Order: sequence, then C-alpha cells, then structure tokens
Amino acid sequence: MTKEERIKKRYNAEKRFKLYGITSVVLAILFVVFLIHVIFSKGSSAFQKTTINVELNFTLDSLYLDPNPSKDDLENVEYYDLAIESLLKVYQVNGLKEEKALINLFSPDYEYEVRDFLIKNPEFINKKTILKLTASDDIDQLHKGNYPRHLPEDRRRINDFQLMMYDKLVEQNKIDKIFNNYLFQKGDSRNPELAGIGGALVGSFFTIIITLLLSFPIAIFASIYLEEFAPKNRVTDFIEININNLAAVPSIVFGLLGLGILLSTFDLPRSTPLVAGITLALMTLPRIIIPCRASLKAVPPSIREGALAVGASKVQSVMHHVVPLAIPGTLSGTIIGLAQALGETAPLILIGMVAFVVDIPSIPTDPSASLPVQVYLWSEQAERGFVEKTSATIMILLSFLITLNFIAVYLRQKFERKW
Amino acid sequence: MNLVILILIGIFSYTSFIYGRSRIKKITTSQSIKINALPNYYGYYLALWCALPSLIILLVWSIFEASIIKGLISQTLSQNELNVYTSDQINLIYQKIVSLYNGNFSGTITNEIKQGAEDYKSFLSIAQSSKVVLLLSTAILTITYGIKRISKNNKARHDVEKILTGLLFVCSLVAILTTLGIIFSLLFESIKFFSAINIFDFLFGTSWSPQRAFVRDASAISAEEYADLKNAFGSVPLFAGTAFIALIAMTVAVPIGLFSGIYMAEYASIKVRKFSKPIIEILAGIPTVVYGFFAALTVGPFFREFGEKLGLEVSSESALAAGLVMGVMIIPYVSSLSDDVINAVPQSLRDGSYAVGATKSETIKRVVIPAALPGIVGSILLAVSRAIGETMIVVMAAGLAANLTINPLESTTTITTQIVMLLVGDQEFDSPKTQSAFALGLTLFFATLILNYIALRFVKKYREKYD
Amino acid sequence: MISNNIKIKTQDLNVYYGEKQALFNVNLDIHSKEVTALIGPSGCGKSTFIRCINRMNDVIDICKIDGSIKIDDKEIIDNNVDVVRLRESIGMVFQKPNPFPKSIYDNISYGPSIHGLADNKSDMDKIVENSLKKAALWEEVKDRLDEPGTGLSGGQQQRLCIARAISVNPEVILMDEPCSALDPIATAKIEELIDELKKSYTIVIVTHSMSQAVRVSQRTGFFHLGKIIEVDTTEKIFKNPGNQMTQDYITGRFG
Repeated sequence: MTKEERIKKRYNAEKRFKLYGITSVVLAILFVVFLIHVIFSKGSSAFQKTTINVELNFTLDSLYLDPNPSKDDLENVEYYDLAIESLLKVYQVNGLKEEKALINLFSPDYEYEVRDFLIKNPEFINKKTILKLTASDDIDQLHKGNYPRHLPEDRRRINDFQLMMYDKLVEQNKIDKIFNNYLFQKGDSRNPELAGIGGALVGSFFTIIITLLLSFPIAIFASIYLEEFAPKNRVTDFIEININNLAAVPSIVFGLLGLGILLSTFDLPRSTPLVAGITLALMTLPRIIIPCRASLKAVPPSIREGALAVGASKVQSVMHHVVPLAIPGTLSGTIIGLAQALGETAPLILIGMVAFVVDIPSIPTDPSASLPVQVYLWSEQAERGFVEKTSATIMILLSFLITLNFIAVYLRQKFERKW
Repeated sequence: MNLVILILIGIFSYTSFIYGRSRIKKITTSQSIKINALPNYYGYYLALWCALPSLIILLVWSIFEASIIKGLISQTLSQNELNVYTSDQINLIYQKIVSLYNGNFSGTITNEIKQGAEDYKSFLSIAQSSKVVLLLSTAILTITYGIKRISKNNKARHDVEKILTGLLFVCSLVAILTTLGIIFSLLFESIKFFSAINIFDFLFGTSWSPQRAFVRDASAISAEEYADLKNAFGSVPLFAGTAFIALIAMTVAVPIGLFSGIYMAEYASIKVRKFSKPIIEILAGIPTVVYGFFAALTVGPFFREFGEKLGLEVSSESALAAGLVMGVMIIPYVSSLSDDVINAVPQSLRDGSYAVGATKSETIKRVVIPAALPGIVGSILLAVSRAIGETMIVVMAAGLAANLTINPLESTTTITTQIVMLLVGDQEFDSPKTQSAFALGLTLFFATLILNYIALRFVKKYREKYD
Repeated sequence: MISNNIKIKTQDLNVYYGEKQALFNVNLDIHSKEVTALIGPSGCGKSTFIRCINRMNDVIDICKIDGSIKIDDKEIIDNNVDVVRLRESIGMVFQKPNPFPKSIYDNISYGPSIHGLADNKSDMDKIVENSLKKAALWEEVKDRLDEPGTGLSGGQQQRLCIARAISVNPEVILMDEPCSALDPIATAKIEELIDELKKSYTIVIVTHSMSQAVRVSQRTGFFHLGKIIEVDTTEKIFKNPGNQMTQDYITGRFG
C-alpha cells in the first residue's frame, strides 16, 4: 500500500467514524420527534367531544313539577322521561330494538346532562331549547374517523342501523364537535366519553405540593449542613454515601417502603395523595440534595471569608450570604426533582393509587389517582376511546413537565453567576 | 384540627419572639448592661423554646395516634368471647369500623361494628383533648423556662445557632432514616418469606408461579404444601428476564449513546451542541409510563405485524419491544455521562496525538477513549442499574408469563413487573405471595446497590486520575 | 514616629496543617497605631500568621494552633474566646477584593447591622458615609450607593472592602497582600489610604513587594520557612539588617 492510499484510507475511516456519531445523534433526535408525534397525533382529538343536538321542551308536566319550583325541587325531580322523549325525537324509530339502538348513540349520562342544564338555567322552564348532548364513545370515535366502519357488522359494536342513523344525523347537521370540558372536569369513568382527568389533576397537585413541602426544606437544610457545617468524620461520610446510594435506588423500592412502612406500620390511608406525597418526597430528597450541594459549593470561599472577617458568626455568614447566593441553583434543582416526581408511576401503584376513583378528591387524604397513574390505568382499558384519552393525558403531563423544566432552565440562566 | 394547633403554635411563637425581644431591650436599658447578641436573637431564642418542644410532641403524637387507637380497638375485638378472630379478620373489622365512623360505610352494620365505631369516636375525642392539654401545658412550661433563662443568658445567639445547626443535622439524618426504612421494610417481610420458602429454592428455582401459593398463613405450612410451593417461587426466570431485557436495552443504548456522546464532545460545533443536547435529554425527562404506553401501543403491535409478514410468531408483549423502548430511554444517560467523561480528558493528551499526525478519529479511538474508559464503563454500569430497576415499561410491554427463554419475540417477565403484579389488587398481607414481592425488592435493592457501588468506584478512580 | 505601645503580642506560636507545621515558635510584637509589614518568600507563613490574629484559620478543619497571641494583654488562642467579638475588633482585607454581590450600601451596612451598631436608618447612613470617606471612596460612589459592589473597578472594590472592614470600628486591620491584584495607580491610592488609616488603627500588612513595605510601614518582620527571622523598624531592616538571611532576601538573592 502506498503512502497515498494509506492516507486516503485513514481519511475514509475518519469520515465513517464521524458519520456514526452524526447518525447516533440524528437517531436519538428522531426518537424524540417520533414519540412526541405519535402521542400528539393520537391525543389531540381528545380535546374535542362529539355531541348530538337534541331539542328539549322543559314543560312542567313532563318534569312533574309544580309551578315556581325551588332549586331543591329541580335537583330531586325525575328527568328520565323528558330526556328519553327528547332523544326519541331525534330520529323516527320503530320498536323497542331500534329505540334502544338510538339511545345507545348517546352517552349513558344524558339524563344528568339535561338535569344539570336546567339547574344551571332555570329560566328555561316551560321553554324549548336545543341541547348538545354527549354522544357515546363509539359515535365519538366514528365521528373522529377512528372507528373501523368498513368491518362486517358482526365484528363491530355499532350495528348497521346505528351507522345509518349516524349518517342521517350528520346530513341533518345534528352532530357537532365541541370542546371537551369533561376531560378536565370529570373523574375517572368506565365510559371513555365521560372519563376525565379532573381527579388525577387534583391528585397530582396535592401529591406534588406535599412532596415539595416535605422535600424542599429538608433537602436544603441537609445540604447546608453537609456543605457548610458538617465536620469531616465517619458520620458525615456515611450520610454522604447514603444520599448517593438513595439517589440511584429504583423508584419501585420506594413504593415498597411506602407500602411496608407508611401503610402497614403507620396505618396511613391507602391510595391517597398524602402517602404518595411522602413516598415521593423520600425518593426526591437525595435527588434534590445533590444539586443543592453543588450550588452551595459554587459560592466562592472569599464570600464566606468576607463575612467572617467583619465578625459574622459561621451561621450568619452562611445564612446571610452563602444561602441567598445559592438559592437560584437550589430552586432549579428542586424543580427538576419535582418534575421527576410528578412523572413517577411505579411507587404510586404499590401504595394503591390504582384504585378506581370517580370522585375528585377535595383533601389530600381522599383516595385519588395521579396523572401518570391515570395514563397507566387507561392504557390497560380495551375501549377505543381510551387511547386518545391516554394520549391526551400524556400531552397534559408532558406540558407540565416541560413548563417545570423551562422554569428551572430559566432560573439557572437568569441568576447563574460566574465567579 | 392539627392545622389549628399548628397555627396556634405559630401565633404563640411569634408572640414569644416579640416578647423576648422587647424584654431584653427593657433589661438592657434598665440595668445598662451590654448584651452579647442582638435583641432579635433573644426573640428567636424564646420562640424556639415555645415552638420546638410542642412541635416534636405533636409530630410523635400524630405518628403513633392511629396505630395506638387501632391497637386498643383490636384488643377489644380479640377479647370478644363469641367469635375468635384471626388478625386478618380483625383488620377487616377495623376497616369497617373506621369507614362507619367516617360515614362512608356500605354493608350490614353489626352490633360489633357499631360498638366499635362508638369506641373509636370516644378514643378519638379522648386523644384529641389530651393532645391539646399536653401541648398547651408543654408550651406554657417551656415558655416560662425560656423567659427565666433569658435574663441570665448572655449567649442567646450562640444558643439559637446551636439549635439551628442541630436542626440542620437532623435533616441530614433523614437520608439515613430512609435507607434504614427501606432495609427494615424489605428485610422484615423477606425474613417471613424465607422462613416459609427456602432461600435456595427462591434464588435457584426455575419455575415461577406465585398464583399457586394460595396458602394464607406463611408460618404454618405443611410438608406437602411446601413441596408444592417449592416450585412456585423459583425466581431464576425473573432474573433471566430482567437481564435479558436489560441486555436488549443496552445493545440499543450503548452504541447510540456512546457515539452521540463522542460526537457531542469532539465534533459538534457549539451551535449543534446547544441545540441537540437538550433535545436528547428530553428523552431522560419523559416519564417512563409514557414509554410504556408507547411500547404497548406502537412498538409492540408494529413488531407483531412485521413478524407476521415474515412468517414469525411474535407475541404482542415481547422482550424485544420493551427492551428497545427501554434502550431509547437510557440513551441520554449514556450519552451525557460519556460526554462529560470525554470532556474531562485533558487536551494535552489529544495534542500529543495530533502532534504525531493522527487524525481526529484515530486520536479518539486510540487516546481519548482508552483514557476515558473507566469513566465510560462506570456510566454504562449506572445505565444498567437503571435498566434493571425500570418498572413501567416492562409492566406495560413485556408481559407477565415467567418464560425462561432467550427468544426476544416471546413475552418475558422481570423482577419489577412481578413486584407490581404481586402487590396490585387485593392482598392478604401475610401470605407468601405478598411477601415474595418484598424478597424480590430486596434482591433488586442489593443488585442495584452493588452495581452503583462498582460504577461509582470506576468513576471516582477516573476523576482522581484527571482532576 | 515609633510608638511603644504593644497592641498584639505573640509568644511561641506554632501552627499545624494536619501533619505539616506551618509556623515555628513565632514571637512577634505589633505596636499600636502603626503599620507593621510582614515580608518573606512565598509559603513562608506570613498569611498563616495574620490569619491567626483574627482566628480565620478556624475555618480550616485540619488547622491546629498552639502558643499565645495576646491583644491588649488578652489571650485570644483560647476556645472560650468568641471569635465573632474578636473579628468585630479586628478587620481584615483579603488578597483579592471580595465584595458581597450586593449593593455598595449593603456591603458596608452588613457588619454594623449584625453587630447592632446602628439603631436606625440615619445612624446607618452615617456609618456608611464615614466608612466610605475613611476609605477614600465616598466621592466616587456617593451617587450610586445602591449599585452592586461587584460593578466597581478592582481598586475601588478593594477600597470598598477596606471600608467594610472599618465599618465595625475595629482596632486592628489585617491586610493580606491587599494590592497584589491591583494596577500601580490603584496600589498608590491604597497605600495613601493605609498611611492615613494608621492614625486611627493598628495595621498589619502582608506584602510581596519590598518597596511597598518601605513606603507604608514603620516596622517590618521577615519570615522564612515558618520562622520569624528578624523584626525591627523598617528603616533598620532595609538599611542595616541584623541577619544575613534578611540581607540576602532584601537584596534579591533569593525569594
């Protein structure tokens, strides 16, 4: 091999090597794009729901009401007949079978939707109006184009008669797509069109607040102690090793801790944000302590000396000078730790947050779900409508995480000092 | 109630702060002595005397109140002469009593439960009032003591700072307490488990089917039952499945992660780096449940369809899908760690290599990577430890059947999946089935601990070399 | 003008950093209201010595001190001494200016506020103004007291640190190579300031520059390898040193 050939070969090797690098980076970025694309394309339709326009006539007779009913009366009255009658007016059907097929176009909660409307708008008594009642999951998916209507009838849940009704309703402009308020207002449900992340949002909120309240002060105090006051001895070394190890312990082990100690030994209530918050706080603690210590360490010793030299005590020099300077760094570390806790699922499953909870929790000791757990629960459901709901939940979860990380980066860049 | 108490303690402490401050001002002006600390510190001093003991008592009280009341009620239940209950039954009745008290009980209310709920109510109110009395008297006592000390104390700042440092120290102990808590809760249940199941059967048995373990009471297992159980808790298939999926994940993550780390550290312009590094790190910030959903919804079915076209039988929950997606998740751990490690290699080494006419890739392959190798190995080990502890992806995409297989297209199960499966749903706490989850947790805990220890040793050695 | 009041008296001072001994039996008297310069080659223990006087070495865990340092006949190498009180009466200026990343005003007011020297805002204003005036910085910064101290030039930062040291009314000011990070013009200003300050304070200055020692000090001590070789009036040290080593050092034969 001549010298020229050799050099050429070496340069080719160089090019190949560089190509591997570029390919890897591009692949990694493509994964991100693909993942986000899949989630968004599946999930964005969940922010709308399909409704069927129904004309209602709120006569006192059909509601069995006396004139001038009170609010209590309105709440306790029977809406079933009025609702059914109105539904049947949507399309001319013959026989019980067809009637049932028609009613099944609507979500099972139509009766309550009628009631809630009248309670909110009592002025419609004795008047006619058109309401947009929520359609059933199958119609919803059909209208969004996710339903395999080309399958033979015996392999789909919507029968041919219902399909025909649906097409007629579309022709008559009786089907609409509106903003899906249920997604944010409702708790979990077995019916995808009625399921919402309201409970999970509140549950996650309670959980993360408890995590913050517990882990932030303890982590800051512990970091200050270890970085500024701790003598160099075995106890300190032991604490340090412990913290580093805890940061790497799999999250599911913290779930076992929550189950074994918090639930069995201390008898705290299962499935609640309280226990979830404590468990996640223990998990997050070392993950916050490590960046907190780094930002304390970044404050140059000359600042401490300056304070000590004018006669500040050790505590004063730390509290008046070092800690304020380290705060932005500690905050951004805390926020990133909390973002991780917000997306954590496995430990919450172990402490029973997988329970089916319809009600939206009002205090941290109510059973509840959380956003990531809701993703897990819905992903196990067979109904087609839950796929878009799951993806939408992920979109909301990711948007929270991105916001949190953005704040952390902003804090770091805005307040970062170069010493 | 506790909130009210906390607010009261807060108000008391604030008043003590004001009082302490003004009192010391009065003393100094009337007796014209120079004090050794700012008046504020006397305020803090008194406030600490007021708040700290009460808070500690409140904390201890809150921790033990529930279990003490439970103990008292269980005692009454077990003294019942008509029925003899097992501890599980007592637990169940206790749950019913509490829910009756809270007003969300549905079912038949027996006399016993009704009586229990009344007892519960009276215990609660006794506890409530004695708590208030205790706290109030403690606060009064400690404040009086504090006020007495103030006039004689010339070192308020010193004392306050000492307490503060003590508080900081206690906070740093939480880490140790957490570790102890983990070890305690895992060991406690595991020991019970291993008293029923031989530890060697657990570690080396090759058949895992815990659903066979219908035995309720782990401590009283007959010889026949044991012969049956012996084959229910052989965890080798789980270890193998875990290792197998981790291996698939690493074959994805190591090349891609390492090459992107190298590219970022050695080739990329500042602009490219600034843009692509955060994007790759998004992968590390995405919750694992999202990857699990992605694997189950997109990747798994894709492989199945693809396999069907090739005439292969692919399970929709396969080791391949789970491992692949897990590998994607781990890429940023490998890439950013190796990026850091490579950046730490001193420029002088590279200069030496360039000076003899080596190309960039030759320098990287022959000089930089060998120099950075311990650090790279360390970061890969950390990634492995993450892979074996990962839960949601495998729960959602790898399957439940404990197959001892090396076919990546079949479904396999892992330690973490089984822990979740054993503990979800209704559990009897004292059955070997639940306890085995803790034994698995213990194994996982030690496995990751050892991996991390070795990894950190590698990284530390490497740092010492170049820092 | 040589005063005979001894302000600081050290006897048999030994300092160890772990295994390593940094100072050996240092006996040195520092006289009141004059400038004592400490010279010597790098690593000879000058800085270690002045950091003993305000017990700044306490910050370093492995540092151990024995022997005696008396300030106004009061022992300070003693665990019962409150280092906070001590440092209130002994100010220190460091090699590199280290203003707090706060406003100029807050930099000065910090010391007085933790020691409770001002009862109200106008007292504090007065302290700040006086300190800045004494440090010859007032005219330059009086209109921008709320700007960050880190925005000043190096020389101004160092004078700000001197003002900060003065703000708590110390008796002694320790200066650890205060001009080593400054340009000649800023150095000249600081030296002028030192000359002015010695009327009210006892000053100990560690310096690398022998000409600086000659310009600002009345008395000079020469350190070598942790030992004090010779201490006398500056005039005598530089004109007629009593020790051959001193002679070699000041004539530039080593160091």
